[in-house]
Amino acid sequence: MLMRRNPQLNAHGELIHLLSIEGLPKAVLTQILDTAGTFLSVNDRDVKKVPLLRGKSVFNLFFENSTRTRTTFEIAAKRLSADVINLDIARSSTAKGESLLDTIANLSAMHADMFIVRHAESGAPYLIAQHVAPHVHVVNAGDGRHAHPTQGLLDMYTIRHFKKDFNNLTVAIVGDIVHSRVARSDIHALTTLGVPEIRAVGPKTLVPGDLAGMGVRVCHRMEDGIRDADVIIMLRLQNERMSGAMLPSAGEFFKSYGLTPEKLALAKPDCIVMHPGPINRGVEIDSAVADGSHSVILPQVTFGIAVRMAVMSTIAGNQA
Amino acid sequence: MKILIRHGRVIDPASGRDEVTDIAIASGRIVHIGAAGDFSADREIDATGLVVAPGLVDLAARLREPGQEHEGMLESELAAAAAGGVTSLVCPPDTDPVLDEPGLVEMLKFRARKLSRCRLFPLGALTRRLEGQALTEMVELTEAGCVGFSQADVALSDTLVLQRALQYASTYGYTVWLRPQDAFLGKGVAAQGAVATRLGLSGVPVIAETVALHTLFELVRVTRARVHLCRLSSAAGVALLRAAKAQGLPVTADVSINSLHLTDVDIGYFNPDMRLTPPLRQGADREALRQGLADGTIDALVSDHNPVADDMKNLPFGEAEPGATGLELLLSLALRWAADSGLPMATALSRVTQDPVRVLGDAIGSLATSAGRLVEGGVADICIFDPASEWAVERGELASRGKHTPFAFASTGMALPGRVRATLVAGTVAYESLPLSLGG
Repeated sequence: MLMRRNPQLNAHGELIHLLSIEGLPKAVLTQILDTAGTFLSVNDRDVKKVPLLRGKSVFNLFFENSTRTRTTFEIAAKRLSADVINLDIARSSTAKGESLLDTIANLSAMHADMFIVRHAESGAPYLIAQHVAPHVHVVNAGDGRHAHPTQGLLDMYTIRHFKKDFNNLTVAIVGDIVHSRVARSDIHALTTLGVPEIRAVGPKTLVPGDLAGMGVRVCHRMEDGIRDADVIIMLRLQNERMSGAMLPSAGEFFKSYGLTPEKLALAKPDCIVMHPGPINRGVEIDSAVADGSHSVILPQVTFGIAVRMAVMSTIAGNQA
Repeated sequence: MKILIRHGRVIDPASGRDEVTDIAIASGRIVHIGAAGDFSADREIDATGLVVAPGLVDLAARLREPGQEHEGMLESELAAAAAGGVTSLVCPPDTDPVLDEPGLVEMLKFRARKLSRCRLFPLGALTRRLEGQALTEMVELTEAGCVGFSQADVALSDTLVLQRALQYASTYGYTVWLRPQDAFLGKGVAAQGAVATRLGLSGVPVIAETVALHTLFELVRVTRARVHLCRLSSAAGVALLRAAKAQGLPVTADVSINSLHLTDVDIGYFNPDMRLTPPLRQGADREALRQGLADGTIDALVSDHNPVADDMKNLPFGEAEPGATGLELLLSLALRWAADSGLPMATALSRVTQDPVRVLGDAIGSLATSAGRLVEGGVADICIFDPASEWAVERGELASRGKHTPFAFASTGMALPGRVRATLVAGTVAYESLPLSLGG
């Protein structure tokens, strides 16, 4: 079979869409993190704007609801001086039976320059990227279980900010890994950036053994998973998984895998605790940890805006 | 009409014949194989340099009629069959409405006969509306023309109903065609494995197939019903089938051209043309399927033809409708498999001619002794192809309404071997693209 070029990169290896972290060279990731650093200061200024996307139209296309992620993209685009149009697709076109590609064709006719896409199906942003005009860029804001690359990048920014480099770290990702696009993007990013020990921690229903194929050590006991960790990433447990065939109850999950001060004591003393939000207090994380001195959950949100600015300005500057 | 096919390389896997000679046809039957002598034909076909083989018999092709005519219909799909050298095909009952009433089957057979492009053998629904609860009128359906009974891709989760269906079918000697897939474990859009994990696609584990096979083999052991297993997909499944056959269980099986040539790696970046049922598995599975087909553990190669409209394919991978067009690719992909595996061309032809006819058995009546083979006195169902001609699969040039195939040149960059030049059904030319307009 014909091997196709990674659809995120142009012939010069430059990023034109951000669809997944998988397959991106380390230099591309590092460049985005460096660029994000320069934008952090913009966020501290009185006039929080730079003109990099002036005159450009950025469409937020959320086929799945997420106020928080949509808002961070909106803020990032506005700080780059773009015009931002929010479309709550979940409640409009597709409800009337319009197909995904028809929606994209219609919005393209309105001269969109960039689509920020969230969709419940893995791979939907790839389909969109294949069908947009050459000057239009696509950013994946989360597709099914597949990828959430800007979350992965902001997690990397956070780790680099607090740990300086990636070469000697032990990173534990805890919770519902199998259904998590955040976990997949984090794992690809950590692997690419050279983290030697990545652990996936959770019960076998949420962390099946074949995840090892992604380059992680699979741990089913929380104590083994977080011992001597430098970084712990707690994942949000989705409501629909809290009771059923995956898990009997949120309470039992918390008992085994919830991050409490006692369990956190097993990690390195300077361990940082991350979470993509929104957090379920008392389900995956104890309030004492979420609000405690190891938690960097709020800095993650701040860095997230700078990282999304870096992604948008980077891809807008590259041509297909 | 009398037709004389001259100077072709006549290959008949059933008799072992492989020689350059002539075939004389009259009144829809082969009257003589050998030097033509003074046979006076209405038309002569010069088959110099071409292979003259039995017409292909495809055990799995969806025509989408009745009910899904926007995706395919008899005219287009039987034309595709003829263009692919397929002279007999078996269609599953998952049309809309489901083939669970004799009237529907009679109408389908009647429409196909009028087109006279290809012989059509419908499978009747095993249970009413394929709902897995009540049996269909199998005797009536057989009289209407059904050659067996099937659940198509709808898994039958109630094992008591399954047992009774097998008991009832075996009372009359009917064959039950089932795709081995557990109703619950089988939910998912790709094969479980590294690719599905990486792409975040829900995975169908191998045990979805093996759990179903274990159950079926136990039921066959008790009921002695004859079962044809459709679309095997895994190495473990092939191993179980091999053991079951060694124990003498009355089972046969087929594999699709897709599973024989592709793996989950071909999904690439969510290519919806690779959304197939059963899902593409790993390299070791493909190897075992190839080996199983070579040693006869798997009896037949099928196109698993399923035309899907653009609107149903241009969707995110998990939402895309499974299926690919295949009737026009069956011959080429059989030949490619044999070439890749170092097997003689006759083996490739056998798996798409006499072996599927053996699977059909008495259900096709007197055709059982003459379809899928070249025999004097037998029906003149013949495929003439150019073994040296490679062709690129171009969507626009397919006769089928289904334009989606994993083997399109645009996505593989590979040409396929073997080009059909003429297809004869019951001694009538159903398709020709002869550079040999040398007719008499």
